[in-house]
Amino acid sequence: MIELILEAQCTACGECVTICPSNVFDGGPGGVPVLARQQDCQTCFLCELYCETDALFVHPDATATHDLTAIDVATGDYRRDSGWGSWAEDAQYRNEHWRMGDVFALARSRT
Amino acid sequence: MNEGGLHHHQSDILVIGGGLSGCWAALTAARAGARVLLLEKGYCGTSGVAAPAGPGHWWVPPLPGAREEAVKARLDKAQGLGEATWMHRIMARTWQTLPDIGRHYQYEPDDSGRIRLNALRGPEYLRALRTYCLAAGVQILDHSPVFGLLRDKAGRVAGAYGVHFQGALGPYRAQAGAVILATGGCAFQSRLLGAANNTGDGHLMAAQAGAQFSGMEFSSIFSIVPHNTTMSRAMIYSFARYLDNAGQEIAPDAEGQSFLGVARALAQGRVLCDLSAAPETVRAQLPLISPNVMLPFRRQGIDPFQERFPIDLVGEGTIRGVGGIRLKGENWQTGVPGLYATGDVASRESVTGPISGGGAVNAAWALSSGCLAAEAALAEGHVSTGELEPFTDNEACSNGQNGSDSREKTIRKQIQAVMLDAPTQLSRNAGNLRAARNALENCHDSLTYSAPGGSWRQRQQRRETQALLAVARWCTASALERTETLGMHRREDAITKASDVPAYHVISSGLEHVQSRREAVHA
Ligand SMILES: Cc1cc2nc3c(=O)[nH]c(=O)nc-3n(C[C@H](O)[C@H](O)[C@H](O)COP(=O)(O)OP(=O)(O)OC[C@H]3O[C@@H](n4cnc5c(N)ncnc54)[C@H](O)[C@@H]3O)c2cc1C
Ligand code: SF4
Ligand code: SF4
Repeated sequence: MIELILEAQCTACGECVTICPSNVFDGGPGGVPVLARQQDCQTCFLCELYCETDALFVHPDATATHDLTAIDVATGDYRRDSGWGSWAEDAQYRNEHWRMGDVFALARSRT
Repeated sequence: MNEGGLHHHQSDILVIGGGLSGCWAALTAARAGARVLLLEKGYCGTSGVAAPAGPGHWWVPPLPGAREEAVKARLDKAQGLGEATWMHRIMARTWQTLPDIGRHYQYEPDDSGRIRLNALRGPEYLRALRTYCLAAGVQILDHSPVFGLLRDKAGRVAGAYGVHFQGALGPYRAQAGAVILATGGCAFQSRLLGAANNTGDGHLMAAQAGAQFSGMEFSSIFSIVPHNTTMSRAMIYSFARYLDNAGQEIAPDAEGQSFLGVARALAQGRVLCDLSAAPETVRAQLPLISPNVMLPFRRQGIDPFQERFPIDLVGEGTIRGVGGIRLKGENWQTGVPGLYATGDVASRESVTGPISGGGAVNAAWALSSGCLAAEAALAEGHVSTGELEPFTDNEACSNGQNGSDSREKTIRKQIQAVMLDAPTQLSRNAGNLRAARNALENCHDSLTYSAPGGSWRQRQQRRETQALLAVARWCTASALERTETLGMHRREDAITKASDVPAYHVISSGLEHVQSRREAVHA
């Protein structure tokens, strides 16, 4: 479940408010969004991709909140590993989704 | 146009749902020159089950014999419910159209420099579809769930109504020459990744307009997630072993019996997953193949390859199940004039048979059904003018007593207790199905007679609960109707074998009273 908005990193761009498929955030350009409907979060992690400054942290536990604070969390790994946004030019994080078929085939060949 | 607080929209084609199928439908219609409005409950680009996943598409080149062979293999698995023509059509259309996405999706070449066109990462794919739709002139309205369909004087579906929760706030009516319903399958709000918006709303709207359902018994399928998480991505679990609370390995299920052993062990206590058999190369590649799969582990301090971790099963309902709106025409018509149903909201029996189409067939179906239905709707060329009205009037009585939120939550929990109970869903019998039916009928009795008052948000939630319940009732009635085991539908009390009776579909329908019947597969 969405756990934190790191105010120090948030540029108040409003992107998360727009793109969250569960309409969890309130607010908009000009202010740090608020978690208005935290319990509606579907734990899809996608807001993390769309936040260019890695100001969001989604906890993988979809069933509860965890009272974490900024010092407890490291953000940005999903966006980095996806080669998303500012990581797009980094060859280290090239999209290798195409390997999926080969991995399934490998698994089948072992059983 | 805004009149008395009600927003009006007008288009040639209205698409409801902006996931994989709705995007391809909208894009196709807009590129053909039509005015297209796409209404999405969440956000077109992140909503729907494909967005957080990575759909591979059924991908068979038009080489001599290749498609015939693929169709033959699938027909064998489809056990009498498959139809070669439909399979050929979705394969051909996917092959023809999918590469178009390369204008907005950045494919990366594989180790041999080849582009594998069929495999796309979900977030990038859906973002590309949105960009492409906008470039083609589709009007997208996000955070605007549709509540129900509208009909014209002749009874033809000619629009929909709902509420904008962002942008132009408040209720709207959208009028169109034809409506394409692409609201996805229904997983009863299990923790299936990306499925929270897939509450069966489209099924409910279609039923109110008179549509029927087929194959709803094929809705009993579950996947593995790390405990309490949503990460239902399958690839890494193809190397998994599972151990029960006592440390005993759970024997892999016989074919078709997916995860029954795990389900029964989970009913007794914890089940641990062991991924130590995953090859080193795969471990290293995983974050760049599916970057979200490692998040639950990394963020909870688990090394999934060195230590065993607890798992849950999450229900997939009709998403990686099969059933949905029964199609009545070769271009995804529903039998209700003006209404088409594409993607997971429609029954996919003709291309999957009684086993899941997840992994390749479903995405090809979502894409090609969207494209072909859009073309058929345009060819109809219907223009809607004049007054529209809803199919049911229970939306009109907004002054009624407020449905209490807590009772509503209780009803949702009761629906889930039935539909997401893996041991009984994976091993059905007349007894547990009748108990399920009774529990759901009790929910129905306490839900129907409360008028939809309250805030727009409460009314939306009420619609969702009604939809979840309706889908659950059709699934259960259909499962009672099919007394043999077939594909994912397992009847432990079966007396006859499916192969001993002529193939049939189970057709279900009705909202006040649910009906089910068998219909022989036409030869
Ligand atoms: C984890 C996972 C992995 C998968 N992997 C594969 C794969 O590798 N290959 C494959 O073939 N298939 C795969 N599938 C299946 C595939 O993703 C689906 O078949 C496909 O996404 C269906 O498209 P759709 O548009 O019908 O539904 P969805 O993509 O679910 O979209 C439905 C949309 O309708 C919207 N909606 C719902 N109700 C309303 C309403 N009332 N008003 C407005 N909008 C509404 C939703 O918000 C959503 O955006 C996978 C599924 C899952 C869950
Ligand atoms: S996307 Fe990130 S930076 Fe933008 S408003 Fe949301 S949290 Fe702040
Ligand atoms: S994880 Fe998904 S549902 Fe939750 S806040 Fe982020 S985008 Fe919204």
